[in-house]
Amino acid sequence: MKKRKHISLFDAVVWLILIISAASCLFPILNTVAISFSDKTSALTGKVGLIPKNFTLAAYEALVQETQFFRSFLNSVVRVILGTAINMFLSVMMAYPLSKDKTAFPSRNIYMWIVVFTMLFSGGLIPTFLLINQLKLMDTIWALVLPGAVPVFSVIILMNFFKGIPKGLEEAAAMDGASPWYIMWRIFVPLAKPAIATIALFAIVNHWNAFFDGKIYINSPEKLPLQTYIQSLTADTSRRYANMTYDQILRQQQLSTLTFNSAKIVVSMIPILAIYPFLQKYFVSGIVMGAVKE
Amino acid sequence: MKKKRHTLPYHLMLMPGMVFLLIFSIVPMFGAVIAFQKFEPVKGILGSQFVGLANFKRLFLIPDSKQIIFNTVYIAVFKMLLNIIVPLFFAVVLNECRRKIFKRCVQTIVYLPNFLSWVIVAVMLGNMFGPNGFINSILGMFGHEPILFLASNTWFRPLIIGSDVWKGFGYGAIVYLAAIMNIDTSLYEAADIDGASRMQKITKITVPLIMPTVILMATLSLGNVLNAGFDQIFNLYSPLVYETGDIIDTYVYRMGLVQLQYSFGTAVGLLKSAVSFVLIVLSYKLADRFAGYRIF
Repeated sequence: MKKRKHISLFDAVVWLILIISAASCLFPILNTVAISFSDKTSALTGKVGLIPKNFTLAAYEALVQETQFFRSFLNSVVRVILGTAINMFLSVMMAYPLSKDKTAFPSRNIYMWIVVFTMLFSGGLIPTFLLINQLKLMDTIWALVLPGAVPVFSVIILMNFFKGIPKGLEEAAAMDGASPWYIMWRIFVPLAKPAIATIALFAIVNHWNAFFDGKIYINSPEKLPLQTYIQSLTADTSRRYANMTYDQILRQQQLSTLTFNSAKIVVSMIPILAIYPFLQKYFVSGIVMGAVKE
Repeated sequence: MKKKRHTLPYHLMLMPGMVFLLIFSIVPMFGAVIAFQKFEPVKGILGSQFVGLANFKRLFLIPDSKQIIFNTVYIAVFKMLLNIIVPLFFAVVLNECRRKIFKRCVQTIVYLPNFLSWVIVAVMLGNMFGPNGFINSILGMFGHEPILFLASNTWFRPLIIGSDVWKGFGYGAIVYLAAIMNIDTSLYEAADIDGASRMQKITKITVPLIMPTVILMATLSLGNVLNAGFDQIFNLYSPLVYETGDIIDTYVYRMGLVQLQYSFGTAVGLLKSAVSFVLIVLSYKLADRFAGYRIF
């Protein structure tokens, strides 16, 4: 009897911790959704918790009129597609030869050292910025997708996965006269689907979420990616807090676009939520592959 | 001769990727020589005057730099510690949950913040912790004066560290959950026969057996001592909290790309890269020696 009681208390604490953890992750998101559906006054006075106050679609009606938002959304979609395609193509092309051992490919280690060195050391923000300028990539989508064209971490994950594919498969195919190109694309890539899915999702999330490169490399408003666009809207309001009294900030916020910006945030999260089931499935295996491999 | 032809396709496969690495990673490393110059864009790298270590000396002379380095290390070290302890604690607690469905639901929810960009999370935090945000309206109910969390030098660092841990703890727990899954279940069965309590099983079996993973993760995080999280701080800070929140990366950005002091900005960035490089190599060496871990 005593033991039973002890266990149930233990379970209660476990449940309590888990519920608080989950609630803390959900609350800021649901709060933002609730604000986006509330009227301005309730939102600005901090009355909105999880449920919209004075439910209204006003923010979304305003958003539909905002062509800049949708242009940026589209820019980000294009960036994700182009950037991910480049990342995937180069990852496969690099991971396959690097997965060979030294006897099969003697120069392998030299290449590997160069690749790893570029991951560990960088010339820094400003030399890269000046280079992009020099190459005349400023204000083009190429400035967003080419500097990170080779995602070294993804190359290593994929390479480790390729290493785990039995050598016999490759030898048998080579015996039948298959070229390394054929072996790479027709045998290794299909077998590495989980690893490929993982690094593709890495690429998609990274490209969708990146804002800083858009901020420094893109000048024309019509070319801004979505996160940079949102950042530019919100950065202005928070920067204005400087040298203001509390009352001034309050007044500032009366004029602000809290519900409108919240609606933008909600819409910008939709793509991540749409691929989230896949993210959950593959990221778990991916992070384990990357971090605790045998 | 035959062997040579055999590896040619490998070289060709690596070619495109190596070209991109050469242009966008290796060339900027050489471009970093402007840290030793008084670089003027019109004259270019070849035409600009060399000034030796003057830019680095300046870094150690200006009063800001001590504060910036302190802020960076302070924020980064707290993040490193808490980003191990909190996910570890969470993984152990999650593992104790017997209801599969509930466990899955919790996992699904806590992994989510990791995939949201700092731009979005910063807006959410601004909504919640702002002057009329939800947190302040709760404080108001208790008769407390509103706190300007994001403009307060007392609150800024705790908020930065806390929100970083909040964003990543679920995702960070994955590694520890995987390590727990690898524990031999017969150990727990033997402990049951001996009449061990659940708390004893946690402290005597689960935690000691995943310690190698914990130590490995701690070692690998060493390289982050100077990474306080640019994206996060950039989206949350303002001149009001430069005193506690300005870090090396944000300083490099402002010096280099806002004030256009290219050489000085590059020098600060280069120093950071060099120190981080040494730390990462050291941490990999340690991880290799003590945990037999190799990234490649």
